[in-house]
Amino acid sequence: MKHFLGFVIKEFYHIFRDKRTLAILFIMPVVQMLLFGYVVTNEIKDAKIGILDHSQDVVTKKITDKLVSSGYFVVTKVLTSEDQIGACFRNASVKEVVVFEPDFAVKLQRDNKAAVHLIADASDANSANLIVSYTSAIINDYVQKENAQAAIPMQIGIESRMLYNEELKGVYMFVPGTMTLILVLICALLTSVSIVREKELGTMEILLASPLRPLQIIIGKVMPYAVLSFVNVITILLLSNFVFGLPIQGSIVLLLLESMLFILLSLSVGIFISTSTSSQQTAMLMSMMGLMLPTIILSGFIYPVENMPLVLQWLCHVNPSTYFIIIIKNIMLKGLGFMGVWKETLVLCGMIVFFITMSVRKFKIRLE
Amino acid sequence: MNTVIVENIHKSYKKIVALEDITFSVDKGEIFGFIGPDGAGKTSLFRILVTLLLPDSGKATVMGLDVVKDYKKIRKMVGYMPGRFSLYQDLTVEENLTFFATIFSTTIQENYHLIKDIYSQIEPFKDRRAGALSGGMKQKLALSCALIHKPEVLFLDEPTTGVDAVSRKEFWEMLKSLRNAGITIVVSTPYMDEASLCDRVALIQNGSILKIDKPDLITSSFGKNILAIRSSNIHKLLNDLSNYPACDSVFPFGQYVHYTAKENRISKEELEKYLTALGHQQLEINPIEPNIEDCFMSLMNEAS
Repeated sequence: MKHFLGFVIKEFYHIFRDKRTLAILFIMPVVQMLLFGYVVTNEIKDAKIGILDHSQDVVTKKITDKLVSSGYFVVTKVLTSEDQIGACFRNASVKEVVVFEPDFAVKLQRDNKAAVHLIADASDANSANLIVSYTSAIINDYVQKENAQAAIPMQIGIESRMLYNEELKGVYMFVPGTMTLILVLICALLTSVSIVREKELGTMEILLASPLRPLQIIIGKVMPYAVLSFVNVITILLLSNFVFGLPIQGSIVLLLLESMLFILLSLSVGIFISTSTSSQQTAMLMSMMGLMLPTIILSGFIYPVENMPLVLQWLCHVNPSTYFIIIIKNIMLKGLGFMGVWKETLVLCGMIVFFITMSVRKFKIRLE
Repeated sequence: MNTVIVENIHKSYKKIVALEDITFSVDKGEIFGFIGPDGAGKTSLFRILVTLLLPDSGKATVMGLDVVKDYKKIRKMVGYMPGRFSLYQDLTVEENLTFFATIFSTTIQENYHLIKDIYSQIEPFKDRRAGALSGGMKQKLALSCALIHKPEVLFLDEPTTGVDAVSRKEFWEMLKSLRNAGITIVVSTPYMDEASLCDRVALIQNGSILKIDKPDLITSSFGKNILAIRSSNIHKLLNDLSNYPACDSVFPFGQYVHYTAKENRISKEELEKYLTALGHQQLEINPIEPNIEDCFMSLMNEAS
């Protein structure tokens, strides 16, 4: 036991003396959280719009006021004719133009029907979509309230509610993904590189010729990273709670236990990579291409799995990150207990067994 | 009792033969040297002995333990210093030593007496990172690390390669005192002049052992007289000597050329006449005692 501890201490020396490792361990998680939190966001805030009001009546004024007071939009251009619309979009001074038809209020009163024309800059398709749906939601809301006062029968009102994330906050989406990404990077990438480094520098030769068992070498290598990743999980949760106001609905203990399970899985993937490569660069590339990209793209982190082509969906299903993201979302956002995540937990356990068995079988007690 | 016994070891990497039918044994408490150029198979042999490589065929035992079956026991008892500097460059001198002590479940204090002579020389730098040490100091640290668990046999793979002449001399002094303390030492080196510092040497070339004996017996069994010849034009001298009808072998050795004659019919006067006639100037011809390198060259020629 004592010689194992000596090994772990040595590993901590390596970590705390390598600036790059330290940066990846402690600075990257915070930077990533802040980046995803503030920069990568799907929310609309102060979108510039133009108003072309052919009617200039009470109703159109009220709707315009409502759009502005929602906080989503700022009116930067007031247009007077259709000809100006093109120019507005071309010099990118607005994202959307709202056109009210002539005699808007009159038509609404008389026919119960009036037309608004929404023209959006769809060179950025996602935000165009969002802007248009936000605008139409505000207009519909207004019309419905007016109609309610008028008490016209047979009104069908559609009311939607966004469960678990009422305000459609981006932070709800990126925290689970970012946490997954950071754990994968630290556990898999750093451990694989650190084991391969011993091979590359020739120190593995001495370690192998010593009484240390292969399992002790492996566990001694990954132990510090497991501890430090767990520290990171806590940092991320604190950041998301206090900086971004993301509450944890479910059991925090369960969340931490599941995180530990995922840390274990990522470590075993890292070990597996290290047993199959002999240079730090290859290990790094394999971790980057084989783990980081799938975690970002093929896990439901950013793009929903259901919308992908079938082949990519298969890839998502063998990607451990997919399951962990589901687990975090279920616990953090939906507040589900263990019964809500047992299937995913089982998959993670199975993957751990698979990778550890493969690594132990591939680990060489001798040189090649 | 023999500490190391190797019988008919073969090892090849795909098509390249690294070791061919190696057989030897090392007595307890001797310095046994493997002398041979790079690529002779020294490292492969050492790795087999310290259980890091499996031989293709043949049998080897270290302290009576089989290198294949009993590898776990052997790993506890031998000290191994690989040819490449294999310590942690980002750890200090003291941290490296402590690390190797702990993984062998011992402490520096417990075996300090064993490494005292060596370690005391680098102790002033114990807080320095191993990567910042000079070549000679690195080797001393590596030797200390290989010794800290009080091994019964030391395997040192080219410990003096890349080390300056003074440090090399010191290093061999240390090996001698370790031998006197009862530790069996198996060492390899590409430097022929270090052969005389071993108790017995094996000359190894292309994966085969050419000869095993005490260094002075190897040189005394050379059986031919050697002339060391020098002139103003070494290149021409080499050519002219090899064209000389009585020439058996001729090799350049620094500023001199070592020459032996067929059937040992050596005649300094005739040779001098022959070379002067060919226009050699500042000619110098001296009879010398054969050294290990002469023996190595002639054994190599015989083998091929």
